[in-house]
Amino acid sequence: MLLSYERKYRVRGGTLIGGDLFDFWIGPFYVGFFGVTTALFALLGTLLIFYAASLGPTWNPWLISIAPPDLSYGLALAPLREGGFWQIITVCAIGAFCSWALRQVEICRKLGIGYHVPVAFSVAIFAYVSLVVIRPWLLGAWGHGFPYGIFSHLDWVSNVGYQYLHFHYNPAHMIAVSFFFTTTFALALHGGVILSAVNPRKGEPVKTPEYEDTFFRDLMGYSIGTMGIHRLGLLLALNAGVWSAICIIISGPMWTRGWPEWWTWWLDLPIWSSGAVS
Amino acid sequence: MSRYIPLVGACTALLALSACELGEKITQQTGYRGAGLAQVYDPDNYGTPEDLPPPPYALPPEGGPLATETYENVQVLTDMNTEQFNHLMAAITQWVSPDEGCAYCHNPADMADDSVYTKDVARRMLQMTRALNGEWASHTGETGVTCYTCHRGEPVPANVWAYTPQGNAMSIRGQRRGQNAPNPNVGYSSLPSDIFASYFEGDPSVVRVASSSAYPSAGHRISTMDAENSYAVMMHLSQALGVNCTYCHNSQSFQSWTQSSAQRNTAWYGIRMVRDTNEQYITPLAPIFPANRKGPLGDPLKVNCLTCHQGQAKPLGGQSMRQDYPYLHPPGVIPTELPTGENLISEILERPRQLTGESGAPNVP
Repeated sequence: MLLSYERKYRVRGGTLIGGDLFDFWIGPFYVGFFGVTTALFALLGTLLIFYAASLGPTWNPWLISIAPPDLSYGLALAPLREGGFWQIITVCAIGAFCSWALRQVEICRKLGIGYHVPVAFSVAIFAYVSLVVIRPWLLGAWGHGFPYGIFSHLDWVSNVGYQYLHFHYNPAHMIAVSFFFTTTFALALHGGVILSAVNPRKGEPVKTPEYEDTFFRDLMGYSIGTMGIHRLGLLLALNAGVWSAICIIISGPMWTRGWPEWWTWWLDLPIWSSGAVS
Repeated sequence: MSRYIPLVGACTALLALSACELGEKITQQTGYRGAGLAQVYDPDNYGTPEDLPPPPYALPPEGGPLATETYENVQVLTDMNTEQFNHLMAAITQWVSPDEGCAYCHNPADMADDSVYTKDVARRMLQMTRALNGEWASHTGETGVTCYTCHRGEPVPANVWAYTPQGNAMSIRGQRRGQNAPNPNVGYSSLPSDIFASYFEGDPSVVRVASSSAYPSAGHRISTMDAENSYAVMMHLSQALGVNCTYCHNSQSFQSWTQSSAQRNTAWYGIRMVRDTNEQYITPLAPIFPANRKGPLGDPLKVNCLTCHQGQAKPLGGQSMRQDYPYLHPPGVIPTELPTGENLISEILERPRQLTGESGAPNVP
């Protein structure tokens, strides 16, 4: 069912590929060329996951795992049952994610709005591609990617962390974690102050944004404002993703020893009176 | 102002990169594919096997008069013939005191004289070497050790440990309580670095801190401090062998033997071998060591994993000296095929399924 205002926005054009061919809606969903490719990639990838799982030892959803090839295959293709499924599923995933981002672009063009959403979503794609393409490519083997399974990918995260002895000493990981916490902190403050103003007790009027600004000025001398809080939110969230990607890309390709040892650059600075490393 | 931002950013990025290792890496899989069980090395710190010192001369044949018949006061090497005994003496000089020569242990006027303390030490060390190659073959394998494995041409091995002064325990001023200082023993982490006495001698602490049950139990009372010590000694193993945690463990469960690689088994024996070495062979020598061969608290300089391994998963890159010095092994069968070549370390890692005990398992995705 169409919402009352939707017809106004259902305008022709703005497509990147395919002209008018896929320029239509199915129910509330805009289709477009990239809607079709999203569906195809997602369907093929999902079916391959189920097929590969059917060849595996379990149907327990927690334990199903589609693993990448042995490191010995390097950057070559592997036989399907020895990591080849993982490789094709990875291609399907990247195809589906990128199609989804480009579909967002087409919708933005139709509406004449900015590309903030596809840009933000691209950062998430970048984080995924960092894990399964960029870092494995830099290390010279697809086998450095993470396996597609609920428990198995968590084991991978844990083990890769222990490859560098203590991952919390990874400087980019520190920054990423700080951004993740700050993102949730900012979102909680924002959500809280909006609800406090627009969701008053029964019989009381809805308050204006001035109340929201005044709350934070009273609290800490400054309010970032109604527009600014959304810029801040986007900045914090994108930085969380970007620094996560950086923290894993540098682990291996740019540093092979324990992360605590990386910090000896500080101890090695020539400003200390004597060798600080004990 | 804002025009300088890109410049400052570029300089920061360059500085950050200068603290990194760029270029291609050497990687080795140490478990099932995709599990994140892998070693990653920069070629610059990859333990390339170094050249072994050549034997002083070819190994003399068996037979002939025993050393005990030729020389006086031979107490330990009673099973060796004179020629091989001399061969070993020449080799030891090369391994332990190349600059000091025979006189480092012997009174040149009377080689049978026991007046030099190092001769007593050397006797005990020969017994130790044979024990390491015999009863501790669980750790030293077919490769075995010689004096050179630790000494590397130095009278005192480069990597040893002794008790460290603890400072005033009642004060917090300048008192780090053995931790929170970057120490290579624990990979420069904040973990307690003075841990060898707890694990490598005496009545040792148990490394394992994980409970075998998911629920609290009276039988399992382990403090956070215990866990820190456990992690600290594991950091030492990692630094000493130049490997990361996944060389032995799958972090899904550090304690589970079925998820660990075969190397953990070797390491388990190694920890006990180090204890035995300190307890049986080094600490009892305390009365005869002079003060300059002891630590600040007067205990002898003891061994840990780094003493032999020196940053390599297998000491000396896994090269065996056994064929040239078979008499350092207790009598037994000399293996005909010793591992050779440059890739001794990675040989087992070429067969990762074997490490996980899945050698017979069908290939599953």
